[in-house]
Amino acid sequence: MNKNYFEIKRAGINTTFQDQGRGNLYHIGIPFSGAMDNRNFQISNKLVGNEVNFPTIEFAYQGPLLKYSGENINFAIAGDVKFIIRKKNNIIEGNCYQSFTLENGDELDIISTNKSVYGYLAVSGEFDVNYQWSSCSINTRANIGANNGKKIEDGQKIYISKINKNLSDKRLNYINTKIENIRVIQGTNFDYFSDEGKKIFFEKKFVISKLSDRMGMRLEGPKIENIVDTNIKSEGLLKGVVQVPADGNPIIMLSDHGTIGGYPKIGVVISADYDKLVQLTPGSKIKFKKLELADAETLFKLYDLETQNLISQI
Amino acid sequence: MIKNISNLGDAALYCDFGTEVNKEINSKVIRYFKTIQKENIDGINNLTPSYNKLIISFDLRKKNFQTIKKLIENLNVANHGALESNKIKIPVCCDENFSLDIKRLEKKLQITRDKIYEKFFGKEFFCYMTGFIAGMPFLGDLENELQAKRLETPRVKVPKGSVGLTEQFANIYTFESPGGWNIIGNTPQVIFDSTKENNPNLINPGDVVTFEKISKDQYYNNNE
Repeated sequence: MNKNYFEIKRAGINTTFQDQGRGNLYHIGIPFSGAMDNRNFQISNKLVGNEVNFPTIEFAYQGPLLKYSGENINFAIAGDVKFIIRKKNNIIEGNCYQSFTLENGDELDIISTNKSVYGYLAVSGEFDVNYQWSSCSINTRANIGANNGKKIEDGQKIYISKINKNLSDKRLNYINTKIENIRVIQGTNFDYFSDEGKKIFFEKKFVISKLSDRMGMRLEGPKIENIVDTNIKSEGLLKGVVQVPADGNPIIMLSDHGTIGGYPKIGVVISADYDKLVQLTPGSKIKFKKLELADAETLFKLYDLETQNLISQI
Repeated sequence: MIKNISNLGDAALYCDFGTEVNKEINSKVIRYFKTIQKENIDGINNLTPSYNKLIISFDLRKKNFQTIKKLIENLNVANHGALESNKIKIPVCCDENFSLDIKRLEKKLQITRDKIYEKFFGKEFFCYMTGFIAGMPFLGDLENELQAKRLETPRVKVPKGSVGLTEQFANIYTFESPGGWNIIGNTPQVIFDSTKENNPNLINPGDVVTFEKISKDQYYNNNE
């Protein structure tokens, strides 16, 4: 039925379909999910002339190797990613934030992300995926979303419906900036920690552990001492919440987090810093910086304006 | 009824109903949850009711903490009358392949497995909340004699359908998942079904659940 498709010759490490995610399901136990880096997700879609909330392929570290069959199609990759296009007679070095055309038989090899975690592949058309609660986002923990809620695997085919015939070239001048200071608002259990513990939280550096994924980011560093109780009665979680379990090492909740948790909350990462936080690789050092609510609200407005501005430049 | 409203980060309200865990406080949380759900307030994108807290998340592009706080403070929520609730029976098989921690529990609680089952089956449990993993119900309250702590070393994989006990609560693992609850049996009943988008959870906050002991044969017949 669909004559335009990718054959997945290598799936990559953690390759999933993602869009803006699904809301209003926390009470059932289902998190938002959705693209980890929402800004780059939207930019990838705009670069191929799509609506900004279309399904994309999100990959982490090593991306997929895809062989294309069908009529000419444009694609774009957003993030900080090394990739090449293998054509019959030559190899083209890819650039992020720029559209390229794929012809029948071309191979797109997304080799790896450079000093970042997530990248986004969008095509000028619509991936033929199923939606649950109005979102294709794959949640592998509850097997929800496109591809039966499972990661994209070696050997499978991904079909594309409704190809956009207008294959105009698009590009954006943009470089992802890195942050080392993660700004947080004090959490609801801030007073569970000793004065020394609070000081450590805001003054010392923490290293991002390898045990980090779409669910959470674990940190290692000086232990944060709890002086009240290392458990609280289980209650709701949000992405960006920083919990400190009994071992004293903070964990930051990310987009596929469990919806309920019982560890004290020392802080919450501000919304304006989330996209950049998720791109930090294991081994990176971060420092938390205390912020008040009003400042966090202003910073998010600015961040959102900047995103809209970038999208409108494409 | 809400004791205090504070912000959890820049895009959520943290509504505190108290510190104890009991049906009375939890029913207040559920009443607020259901009322806000019905109000369908623009900008609110998630509600998480738990034992004694309600977290209200909103889209920071549309609303902010102060505006949502005002809306919630001015909300008219009935504070009495019965909660809407369903009565649900859950079949559980306690064959030794399923009751992974029964021996450990006999030791911890200092009573026989027959006594444990006698005190567990046929009793009514109240659903305080659902979550952690999709559809997992937190049910209470267990009698004092059945209250045990979590496993010291949590399992890497608890099988789907496992029925576990911890402190005053029972729960059901809706997916294979890491976990530290004391497992006493397994249910063939589907508790979470993502194809039913309107109502994927068999058990919802406020529902009343009783467990029924079934044999191995009944367990496998139920699966067919």
